[in-house]
Amino acid sequence: MIETLQQRVNADQGLVRRGRYLTTIFLLEVGRTSWLVSIFEGRIVSVTSGPFVMPSSSFALRASEDEWQKFWSRRPPPGSNDLMALIKRRVLKAEGNLQVFMSHLRYFKEALAKLRAEGAAA
Amino acid sequence: MSATFEPITGRYMHLDLFGRPHRIYVEEAGEGTPLLCLHTAGSDGRQYRGLMNDARVTSKHRVIAFDMPWHGKSSPPAGWHDEEYQLTSVQYTTMVLEISAALGLDRPILIGCSIGGRIALHLALEHPESFRAIIGLQAGAHVDPYYDLNFLHRSDVHGGEVCGAIVSGLVGPDAPDKERWETLWHYMQGGPGVFKGDLYFYKLDGDIRGRVAQIDTRRCPLFLLSGEYDYSCTPEETLAVANSIPGCEVIIMMGLGHFPMSEDPQAFLAHLLPVLEKIGAK
Repeated sequence: MIETLQQRVNADQGLVRRGRYLTTIFLLEVGRTSWLVSIFEGRIVSVTSGPFVMPSSSFALRASEDEWQKFWSRRPPPGSNDLMALIKRRVLKAEGNLQVFMSHLRYFKEALAKLRAEGAAA
Repeated sequence: MSATFEPITGRYMHLDLFGRPHRIYVEEAGEGTPLLCLHTAGSDGRQYRGLMNDARVTSKHRVIAFDMPWHGKSSPPAGWHDEEYQLTSVQYTTMVLEISAALGLDRPILIGCSIGGRIALHLALEHPESFRAIIGLQAGAHVDPYYDLNFLHRSDVHGGEVCGAIVSGLVGPDAPDKERWETLWHYMQGGPGVFKGDLYFYKLDGDIRGRVAQIDTRRCPLFLLSGEYDYSCTPEETLAVANSIPGCEVIIMMGLGHFPMSEDPQAFLAHLLPVLEKIGAK
């Protein structure tokens, strides 16, 4: 499912436009599986699954598979509906150079919400 | 198509606060029992546009919302450019009481959301005689910081973008898009460091956990209304406050978030109107 992030994000012209000054690689950890997501000027150019020997990224977002599944459900329950809600509950760890994450917070919230079940709100 | 006008009028009030002259924007609509409205951190009085445009409210109430200094169309005081803005409990209390007095309001109903809900608890404790009833929206006794507040005010992060994005998930899932994005726009328009300065009160200075149980609802009725999807002030936190205060009435508003009056005015009014009726009957 995570691989579809590339197509889902790149198909949203508004999202890509808002990310036009964003070029980075971030690490997404879903339970025991990790992914490196490479972004160039707002477009996702690759989504690569681990395990990695020496993953290099600007920042990492780590949560359990169970927490991500709730976040990606069609109507997430209270406390699971937003990245900041997960961070508040201490179940999502954001680590690394968070200036990249925070300066494009709307982009990352909306990009990751693209993995929600079809028809769900961003 | 001909133009239409809302029944809201706005004026600029000049008033000394904390020993300094201030220019404060005040909006109002309706006639009757004064209903003084306090906006959330980093936003302004436009959050109450739904109440001011609803005849069910304005036929019996004079609805008044002011933009706090530094917010909306109110100015920061002269000299602001060399200061760091930080809201304190003492300043906030003084501001509400002085503006209410300057407007000549006779024991208004007070309604405040988030930081406005927090100061509502302070006022219920310390100045119950000044209000006919107090309604706290998303009112908790304390919130621990859950992100680095410095990101709200640093030159390599756009303040408007990050303030809007920080709070976007606090809007409930059923909010109409128009009202959701209007609510977020207000956040995107805030001045540099203002949201962060308000959160000094919300997350540090305004902690009232140790005293909230001393509120006496016989001196001033207290109603707490909180949205189900608020993860900043959760329903559990509001219920904890309500359960510690004898006589406090509490409503958890399903589907709503942290900005009920602004994110979904119609859904919010379904909860608020019975409360206003109850206050009117007292």
